[in-house]
Amino acid sequence: MSTITTPDTTPVSGTLESTEIRSWKAPIALGIFVVVAAVLFVVAGRDGATTFRLSSDTDLVQLADWVLPARGTGLTVTVLLALLAAVVVGLTVAGSRLGSRARRAILAVSIVAFTFLFLLAFLTWAAAGAAIPVTGLLLGTVSLSAPLIFGALGGVISERVGVVNVAIEGQLLAGAFCAALVASITGNPFAGLIAAMVAGVLVSFVLAAFSIKYLVDQVIVGVVLNVLVLGLTSFLYSTVLSQDTAGLNTAPRFPRFPIPVLSDIPVVGPVLFRQTLIVYLMYIAVIAVYVGLFHTKWGLRLRAVGEHPQAADTVGIRVNATRFWNVSLAGAVAGLGGAYFTLDSVSSFGKDMTAGAGFIALAAVIFGRWNPIRATFAALLFGFATNLQNVLGAIGSPVPSEFMLMLPYLVTILAVAGLVGYARGPAASGKPYIKS
Amino acid sequence: MSAAGTTTASSPTPEPSAPQPRANAILKEIIGGNVLITILAVFLALLIGGILIAFTNEDVQEAAGYFFSRPQDTFLAIWNAVSGAYVALFQGSVYNFRRDDFATAIRPLTDTLTYAAPLIVAGLGVGLAFRVGMFNIGGRGQMLIAAAAAGWVGFSFHLPWGIHLIVAIVAGIAGGALWGGIVGLLKARTGAHEVILTIMLNYVAFYLVSYMLRTPGLLQAPDQVNPKSPPMLETAIFPALFGPAYKLHAGFILVILATIFVWWLLNRSSLGFRFRAVGENPNAARVAGMDVKNIYVYAMLVSGGLLGLAGVMQVLGTVPTGFSSGIDAGIGFDAITVALLGRSRPWGIFAAGILFGAFKAGGYSMQASEGVPVDVVTIVQSLIVLFIAAPPLVRAIFFLPDGTRRKRRTTPIVTKEVEAK
Amino acid sequence: MQLELRGITKRFGALTANDHIDLVVAPGEIHCLLGENGAGKSTLMNVLYGLYQADEGEILLDDDVQHFEGPGDAMRAGIGMVHQHFMLIPVFTVAENVMLGHEETTFGGRLNLDAARARVREISDRFGFSVDPDALVGDLPVGVQQRVEIIKALSRDAQVLVFDEPTAVLTPQETDELMTIMRQLRDEGTSIVFITHKLREVREVADRITVIRLGKVVGEAQPTASNSELAALMVGRAVELVVQKGPASPGQPALVVEHLDVIDANGLKVVNDVSFTVREGEILAIAGVQGNGQTELTEAIMGLQPRVNGRVSLGSETLTGLSVRRVLDAGVGFVPEDRTHDGLVGEFTIAENLMLDRSHGEPFVARGSLRRDHLDEFAEEKKKEFDIRAPSIQTAAGRLSGGNQQKVVLAREMSRDLRLLIAAQPTRGIDVGSIEFVHKRMIETRDAGIPVIVVSTELDEVVALADRIAVMYRGSIVGIVPGDTPRDVLGLMMAGERPAEVAA
Repeated sequence: MSTITTPDTTPVSGTLESTEIRSWKAPIALGIFVVVAAVLFVVAGRDGATTFRLSSDTDLVQLADWVLPARGTGLTVTVLLALLAAVVVGLTVAGSRLGSRARRAILAVSIVAFTFLFLLAFLTWAAAGAAIPVTGLLLGTVSLSAPLIFGALGGVISERVGVVNVAIEGQLLAGAFCAALVASITGNPFAGLIAAMVAGVLVSFVLAAFSIKYLVDQVIVGVVLNVLVLGLTSFLYSTVLSQDTAGLNTAPRFPRFPIPVLSDIPVVGPVLFRQTLIVYLMYIAVIAVYVGLFHTKWGLRLRAVGEHPQAADTVGIRVNATRFWNVSLAGAVAGLGGAYFTLDSVSSFGKDMTAGAGFIALAAVIFGRWNPIRATFAALLFGFATNLQNVLGAIGSPVPSEFMLMLPYLVTILAVAGLVGYARGPAASGKPYIKS
Repeated sequence: MSAAGTTTASSPTPEPSAPQPRANAILKEIIGGNVLITILAVFLALLIGGILIAFTNEDVQEAAGYFFSRPQDTFLAIWNAVSGAYVALFQGSVYNFRRDDFATAIRPLTDTLTYAAPLIVAGLGVGLAFRVGMFNIGGRGQMLIAAAAAGWVGFSFHLPWGIHLIVAIVAGIAGGALWGGIVGLLKARTGAHEVILTIMLNYVAFYLVSYMLRTPGLLQAPDQVNPKSPPMLETAIFPALFGPAYKLHAGFILVILATIFVWWLLNRSSLGFRFRAVGENPNAARVAGMDVKNIYVYAMLVSGGLLGLAGVMQVLGTVPTGFSSGIDAGIGFDAITVALLGRSRPWGIFAAGILFGAFKAGGYSMQASEGVPVDVVTIVQSLIVLFIAAPPLVRAIFFLPDGTRRKRRTTPIVTKEVEAK
Repeated sequence: MQLELRGITKRFGALTANDHIDLVVAPGEIHCLLGENGAGKSTLMNVLYGLYQADEGEILLDDDVQHFEGPGDAMRAGIGMVHQHFMLIPVFTVAENVMLGHEETTFGGRLNLDAARARVREISDRFGFSVDPDALVGDLPVGVQQRVEIIKALSRDAQVLVFDEPTAVLTPQETDELMTIMRQLRDEGTSIVFITHKLREVREVADRITVIRLGKVVGEAQPTASNSELAALMVGRAVELVVQKGPASPGQPALVVEHLDVIDANGLKVVNDVSFTVREGEILAIAGVQGNGQTELTEAIMGLQPRVNGRVSLGSETLTGLSVRRVLDAGVGFVPEDRTHDGLVGEFTIAENLMLDRSHGEPFVARGSLRRDHLDEFAEEKKKEFDIRAPSIQTAAGRLSGGNQQKVVLAREMSRDLRLLIAAQPTRGIDVGSIEFVHKRMIETRDAGIPVIVVSTELDEVVALADRIAVMYRGSIVGIVPGDTPRDVLGLMMAGERPAEVAA
């Protein structure tokens, strides 16, 4: 009975041993893409050459066209992709023998290079025998991404402070509606811009009130709000806007405003610096949200509330007030995205004109792992895919347009299931904070 | 101190509340609880809908122009607009008393049940997922895939009467279950969140079905330019229940059976026991030896299957004349509100589905006869759900006492994740 | 700064958590607030810290009446708190955590992290803490996290410092270091309120002692008072934690654990090469400070941990690699450490909870359907047998008291044919009456020839129940010693030291 065992003779160490846990999700995801590449670009490879047009006739600086043979490019890129996938496999196998920082850096570079190469090969394959206007493609990308980016920024702010924002769609739609209405009545796009922000804030108010005060599940409020805003705007569109389209639904658009010098840079200039005010606002918003979140008192408190509301409370931060005002701010930002629909791309409101952009923005938030910069890139990627479908549709591509349109959603599924499956959002996101 | 039913006075520690006299409990339930709140929520939503109708009515606007000289005109116009709309809503959904014979007058009610059929089964699917702690926003995708599968069987197979219908239904349910099962599988295997997955799969399904509908040889009707399928063969269509004069079809019997099935599944079956256990506390379920991941997959299969059945109702019942990519008619999203209104209980969903079916049937006749856009129904529906989700708000509006002090959370509507181990 | 509480009363519904409590804490004094779990200590401190509003009574600082709307007000008034569950944000650095709530900013509202770092270093140096301001808090060991909490309070110039059960997560060694820090703070003039239910700590460090029970102050005591005097005040009657138990008659080895490793999601070996044997008819207690791998060890035996090396066998059956379902079917009963989290479905009825781990077949399920009549019959029987106090078997388990909830779990686990019983923290947070009941059932199970593992952080419980004691520290077993091993030896072992007589 009095057995005294000592498992070993070495003293018990003070720290825990660490073992490497390998995740094979990233290699598997890349592997799938390599197979897709092999099938599309090599097995189903196409003949002919693809011309990438880098300048339009009106550009100050003219760049020569860039011609790639479709089949050769496909083969080369597939090999490169396989090599990159091998690097990632090697990285996974090597595990902790490499420093974690080095590993992460190599992984990030590999995935970025992988994405770029895949897209290049895809473009070459899809447009074989035709020309791709690169500037137009990218310009359209920025246009289509702008509302997504605003929406995603709104999502990032809201989720970082602990309120899941499924209502981005509703905020965009409300913003688009109010921008069109107010800008049409006043004849002033700036008034429309402000109205859009107010509309976004109003939607946010409801989201915040129900989720913070009445503790209703945030996803439910979000989903229902989207339906409510869709119903309201459609109802008012049919009863009010359509009565007097000229007076109520013909908004003045923001003019394009090329920034001197910058707009003359080849490719980059026309894409980024011959835009409207809303797009310039977007650049500012992205930077402001990033700096604000990670380098200011506002951001520190906001993130604290989203991560551990009780801890924030005990240092005197008013959790629910912080949530309320920041969700409202998120609504204002998303509302700006709504204004883009009616004050930039077209000048009138239409029923359900956002057509799910809010959900793509939500996907960008998650794909971008709740980081404003990464979410912006995710939104750009989605905008690119959508615009690619437009461009390829115009030059006649072998891929049915539906599949191009499907791409952002498939990429997101793959991303949440594979690449960012391990990413965690703000710890307290979605949970109401109840005191005593 | 046993459970003899005697209420003990002040005890220092919170004891489980002693059972109250039965009648008292029922009264409390009605005053503080669900029934009254539900009724008041519906009333409030209709009230706000009425305000919207009044404000956008042209007669009201006109009369308001000279409000200060003859205010009664404005009120009369408001009354006419709102009552006209809601009377039309009632006549379009329950009983049209302008008709002479009962057989015609009652037709709106059968229309209501026809519209309710897919809403109820879809609501059952969403509600079932709620009970397992999952949020199935993927109704649209699941319905579209199911509609495509059932529709394809329905117009292209040549089978005897009866068998054809059954094969088409099974194909549809299988399609929905497959689309839902993907979500369950990805959630179980990779930990991806089902809200994102279902939203994304909705779009994938939409574009997939759109592609098939505009591709001859897949789903497109041979002589069509529009992306639309051929009409269903007679053998695959749900037979009418009360003859050709009424739209109500045999699918509604299937709806009743589905409701009974879901009730049995959740309350009387061992699988349902595990569903509920995982929904309420996945950690305890795991410790008790349940395979939580498999439960997620099974639940999404069943949920998707039910939404699939809703898709089947659409192609083989509501619009058997061939379908387009809008065949889901927003039912996948309406189902969420139906499930919430029915508090995820099978018979609650059944009742909620009929209410929303009535809104739908009445909404169209309201639009036709009074010129009030059918969108007002969407507004009223979403307001109902918002109010029901926040009983304190409704109580505050009607100055009701805080009926139930105890915390009551009957249905899990928040996804509870098992901690990553 | 002198702190005075006058007639503080706080009610939650029908429950009076604090009933006219008076308390005076003088500057430069360590004032102990002693009381059982649930006596109302934490409620009182939450009132003091502005997290709760008192229904009656007032708080005075240096004779000025204070009105705290929230913790911010309390902090500005000079009150700091070291919480039982650390109020730190794991993904923030130490400096960010310390500055949160009173951030210094530079031009353009940017955070002045340098100032925060300097502040952390300054305080850290003053007390010899050696805390890196740029470390992520989530990566730090528990003891260091507590120091960050202290730094956080001190960086706001707290003059009254409240420690809420600070030693619950500390090893005896770390506890001693904390005592030193508290004395050092006191000598610098800080008023300290030290909340605990551990008598040893009170007598070691307190200048004055106030005992509260059931929300009321029941007496003051001097640190010279004996353990039994303090305990009698605290519990209200003479405590007797010694369980009536006869000598064990161990039989064949039943559970054999060999070289078991458990690796957590971050790749840390939280259980490291653990081997032991439990024989039929004996109780092996696993002692140790919370968080030294005991939880993971029991979960690994149950099949709840995904990354496990080594082998666990019960009789001739190997348990490792089996699903939880199969482990339960092999006859393992499991009382999880956190019953509301892992043991019960709060919204389910008592009856439903009693069949929670038998939902796949006999006796409660036939052909896919529940047999409600069988279940209700069974539940009525168990309700009587285990003295579960509830209005009916249809009462939701979540509405029962902790003790009754634990009885439901025990009833469920003990009514299967057991070949092994694992009970983790079986008496945590339950009333004295239920504790006795639970302990009695453990002994009865042992006497029926079933091997029992009891995991407990309470030394009293370990000593009362165990036939043999395995002490865990940092994922390893320091040693396995007889049940009558002196407490000071066990204490040393819990700090990772292997006393000479054990190693011999």
